[in-house]
Amino acid sequence: MYKVLKKEILAPSIKLFEIEAPLVARKAMAGQFIILRIQDQGERIPLTIADFDREKGAITCVFQEVGKTTRELGTLDEGDCVQDFVGPLGVPSDIDNYGRVVCVGGGVGVAPVYPIARAMKEAGNEVIGIMGARTAELVFWEDKMRAACSELRVTTDDGSYVRKGFVTDVLQEVIQEKGDIALCVAIGPPPMMRAVANLTRKYNLKTVVSLNSLMVDGTGMCGCCRVTVGGETKFTCVDGPEFDGHLVDFDELARRAVIYKPQERTALDLYNEKGGHKCQCGCGGE
Amino acid sequence: MTEKKKITPDKNPMPAQDPVERAGNFHEVALGYSEEAAVAEANRCLQCKKEPCRQGCPVEVDIPAFIKLVARRDFKGAIKKLKEKNALPAVCGRVCPQENQCEKYCTLGRKYEPVAIGRIERYCADWELANGALPQETSSPNGKKVAIVGSGPAGLTCAADLAKMGYQVTIFEALHIPGGVLMYGIPEFRLPKAVVQAEVQSLKKLGVDIQVNAVVGKFATVDELMGEYGFDAVFIGAGAGLPHFMRIPGENACGVYSANEFLTRTNLMKAYLFPDYDTPLRIGRKVAVLGGGNVAMDAARTALRLGAEESWIVYRRSKNELPARHEEVEHAEEEGVRFKFLTSPTRILYNDAYWVTGMECLQYELGEPDESGRRSPVPIKGSEFTIDVDTVVVAIGQGPNPLVPRTTKGLACNRRGNITADLETGATSLPGIFAGGDVVTGAATVILAMGAGRTAARAIDNYLTGK
Repeated sequence: MYKVLKKEILAPSIKLFEIEAPLVARKAMAGQFIILRIQDQGERIPLTIADFDREKGAITCVFQEVGKTTRELGTLDEGDCVQDFVGPLGVPSDIDNYGRVVCVGGGVGVAPVYPIARAMKEAGNEVIGIMGARTAELVFWEDKMRAACSELRVTTDDGSYVRKGFVTDVLQEVIQEKGDIALCVAIGPPPMMRAVANLTRKYNLKTVVSLNSLMVDGTGMCGCCRVTVGGETKFTCVDGPEFDGHLVDFDELARRAVIYKPQERTALDLYNEKGGHKCQCGCGGE
Repeated sequence: MTEKKKITPDKNPMPAQDPVERAGNFHEVALGYSEEAAVAEANRCLQCKKEPCRQGCPVEVDIPAFIKLVARRDFKGAIKKLKEKNALPAVCGRVCPQENQCEKYCTLGRKYEPVAIGRIERYCADWELANGALPQETSSPNGKKVAIVGSGPAGLTCAADLAKMGYQVTIFEALHIPGGVLMYGIPEFRLPKAVVQAEVQSLKKLGVDIQVNAVVGKFATVDELMGEYGFDAVFIGAGAGLPHFMRIPGENACGVYSANEFLTRTNLMKAYLFPDYDTPLRIGRKVAVLGGGNVAMDAARTALRLGAEESWIVYRRSKNELPARHEEVEHAEEEGVRFKFLTSPTRILYNDAYWVTGMECLQYELGEPDESGRRSPVPIKGSEFTIDVDTVVVAIGQGPNPLVPRTTKGLACNRRGNITADLETGATSLPGIFAGGDVVTGAATVILAMGAGRTAARAIDNYLTGK
């Protein structure tokens, strides 16, 4: 059993858990992920590592409540436990001194991009952070990102905070302003990562994206997470989760992401019917 | 032999669930012998002097001895005798291909059907499960620590043997429950998961520590197990966990599964109990399973149980070459699995939403025998045709999981990625590191992996005692 040491509500439906898992924390690196299972009848879900504390033996994960499992996870409190927690899985980010690096986080993707930005800066890079959210109340970790980056720019889709625009708008400005950028790391919803990749392709700017494919075991055993990268089939769990954004087949990714949409709906409806939905965000279970 | 007895020519039949009924549920197919049937079957054994059956057992069970005890209704004695050599009798009694092993050599088999050794073994193991586990004998602790990577048949056997010798054994299992392929691969209707867990419990009673959610190569490397974790030796039994795909167009479409994924979702994650269990599985109306091995049979039979209207085995050779056990093929046929022989897909067809709509196949004919001795399939030019399916399960084999080899410096592997190990000892290219089971041989049987675990345990003991 793995204890929830800390719980924070970062934004409506976005929650942070710090979970006690010393063996995972010892080895965790930026860019890797964990898989957890809440209880005996639960499913295994992958979550990207948002932070780790080796001394405390804890891993921080940030997740958005979208389906049954993430909703159920959100109902746990400090002191509660998840049944299973395994990691660190996947290949760590390739941290090096590239020169100038842009780290783009969209929505809940800000969380996994944070440790990468921090590591990039520690490696000597000038790190320009870009974080975007749909609206003001969904912005989180601005302070942490500011500390991790050499420079941070924030944007909201609706202009309710700092400025109006997508992360790609800001990225375009940064590229034009700074010119010489060695690497772009972008994590967020697949459409955002695709938009970033489409933009940077024009500038021949190498772009790394982190995929959140469906998974079962997370150790290369099932192939559920396969994705086409540069015409080759890769397993997100062991070959990724990071890939060259210019080579990822985002069409395929989007279609494979919704394989279980009807079942996910059934599970969520049933969960809500049973009174499982306890969040206080006023969303009424939607 | 003491007295002449009349031998019935056929094995005592194994009661089984009705085929039509069982194709709609996940309960065990073969129901097991009654006490009377077990004793009657044990009495068919000639207790011949040569004991040829023993040479067919990879874990060296004293077969005539345990059968003799069953004939005397000393089931306690029989299970004790079995467990001297076999840590997993309830598993082996169900899934061993006895027809190619012990029963193949049975003297009775020259004239009649051989003694149903597997069924008697299962009876003994189930008797113990029903009557409470017997205490097992172990040596006093010798203070040495051995790590086992993987809790499948190889790892469990190696762990049991070493624990009995007095070693302090820790098993590291990547998944959330021990058992490896016994849990994620072999279906509930062939090997109930409660049976596997009972065997695991009996291992824990020997003092074996099992750490689940522990992926070696990730939380610690093999080198670290030998270093900071303080283990004196490591046995790698990580299995053949890497699914092979056909490498044909359309293979990533929605509705195409590896057999590993299809079976893991069903067996380990209990998708057949969705939505009581959270893991989903989408099963279509018409399922094609590619391949002809036991895994393919398991997948095709599982598809029927999940509600598929049609479940097809698509195999590029003919019925004679099916690598699956005869009994599995028979069970599949009885349940309504259909077969398309001499057929192999060239691409998978899908609609705008990327869901499988069919499969383009080529017709094959049998040519000259290949290196495996089986006649090799040759495609017939221009014979393309389309099969109407909406789910495809690829069951053409698995490779070794690369996580451990990739993260262990200096560990020799062959070109297929299998760990190179001495088959007599399990020794790898690194001192103190042993390996066995599918990760060495490629996908094989439960009992062969168990045999490799046993061999390695003996070699590890020799290595650590300086013999």
